[in-house]
Amino acid sequence: MDILMESIVRVTNLIKQYGSLSAVNNICFEVKEDEIVSLLGPNGAGKTTIIQMLLTLVSPTSGHIEIFGRALKERREELLSMMNFTAPYSVLPYNLSTKEALKVYALLYGIRNYRERIGFLIDEFNLGWLASKKVGQLSTGEQMRVGIAKAFVNNPKLLLLDEPTASLDPAIARELRAKILKLVRETGGAILWTSHNMREIEQVSDRIIFLSRGEIVADDSPNNLKNRFGQEDLEEIFISINREPPSRPS
Amino acid sequence: MNFLHVFGIFYRNVTLIRRSVPKLFALFGFITVELFLWGFITLWVRTIGPGDARLDFALLILSAFIFWSMFELSQRSFSVSFLEEVWSRNVINIFASPIKLSELVMGFALVGVVQTLLAFLYITPIAFALFALNIWDMGLYIIPFFMNVLICGWGIGVVAIGLVVRFGPSADIMAFFIPFLLLPFSAVYYPVSVFPSLLQRITFILPTRHIFEGMRRAITEGVIPHDSIIWATTLNVIFVALSFLFLHWMLRLARNRGYLSRLVQD
Repeated sequence: MDILMESIVRVTNLIKQYGSLSAVNNICFEVKEDEIVSLLGPNGAGKTTIIQMLLTLVSPTSGHIEIFGRALKERREELLSMMNFTAPYSVLPYNLSTKEALKVYALLYGIRNYRERIGFLIDEFNLGWLASKKVGQLSTGEQMRVGIAKAFVNNPKLLLLDEPTASLDPAIARELRAKILKLVRETGGAILWTSHNMREIEQVSDRIIFLSRGEIVADDSPNNLKNRFGQEDLEEIFISINREPPSRPS
Repeated sequence: MNFLHVFGIFYRNVTLIRRSVPKLFALFGFITVELFLWGFITLWVRTIGPGDARLDFALLILSAFIFWSMFELSQRSFSVSFLEEVWSRNVINIFASPIKLSELVMGFALVGVVQTLLAFLYITPIAFALFALNIWDMGLYIIPFFMNVLICGWGIGVVAIGLVVRFGPSADIMAFFIPFLLLPFSAVYYPVSVFPSLLQRITFILPTRHIFEGMRRAITEGVIPHDSIIWATTLNVIFVALSFLFLHWMLRLARNRGYLSRLVQD
């Protein structure tokens, strides 16, 4: 039972096939409590497809996804209420103000004391001066910041971040990364993080899952990966894997 | 059912509508212009043809116009509530949230009820003041007819959403085309008897045909059209259930084939 509780995400033999194209090919991985796991790989490696399967936006062709020890397929609403996500391809409603958009999502995630929660998020993410501005009038970076605040609206135990700092300048990206880590550490949740920013990935990850052509080609801590591949940094590993994917780990 | 989820959808749409002049115009403007169009036609009709028939005909046309407008509005506000999420690229956030499909549909339906009721309460006094149409002459029979146009509008709205989920944002035109497609076959402005016999049989399955046929009998014959109300209600219940199954099917297909993420990319 303890083992079940520890595992926040457990993916078993997950396959996603679009006709003859194999987007995700028989992958297995786990994310444990308090763990930050990054999915890393070139474009088309299957990172976003995995995130979207965890969010029930895409149905697996076969395989099994368990979150908090329960089958996602059978407990969709219950499990999604304990998760949240942000991604650059999914913006908040541009015709609502920041505060209104956060209220909509607080309601959709069933938060009864939404006023308090929104107040907390506005303070925590320094959104006071953006609160009454329409989301569509915000810069891309500001929209990402609001998107990250939205991802915390339900105090999630599992956070899926698909390139969360993609449009941010380095200073704001660093500040937001620190904020994300602080909030997640406080709640004892886990994060599944994708990014093309190798420095970011190295900084935040307890473990990195390298993907190539829908398959897991490496799954280890940043330091162990560097040792295993004999490289100084993740970028070199990324490039070598992209050039010639190694055989799958046993 | 989680009413916070339903309220979230309702709040999102009402917040948007109440401060948007173009959206308020879409709610009250079209119907006002159309009322003038049909109102002037009925003023002209009242000057031709024999005695009482003129008045009946004018009354029929205007009543039919008002109920058809309510049907269109119910359907349009339902569909546009969903299309707003697609147009603002927010739809992924909605489908990744813990909201159930039934709660989403309930939220859209609630937005439709409020908009349709507001438009009805706005247009009926104007029709009375300018064109002497007192729709309330129908008495309490107005309620089942109103409810049926509302529910039928939701059913079409659900089908339109299913088509957008399946075929992408470019299918949004269907949300506006389907009611237009139904108009000639729903016997809105003329009786079913003008249809060829085969078409009369085919159109029997349309709830709208029974709504408008029944409404015409209530006005011209002064009888309670029980059979029309029962047929319209029964067909509506079946139609809404089928439309819901259709949306379920389209969503399953979209999840299997990855169409949901395409909704924010097209």
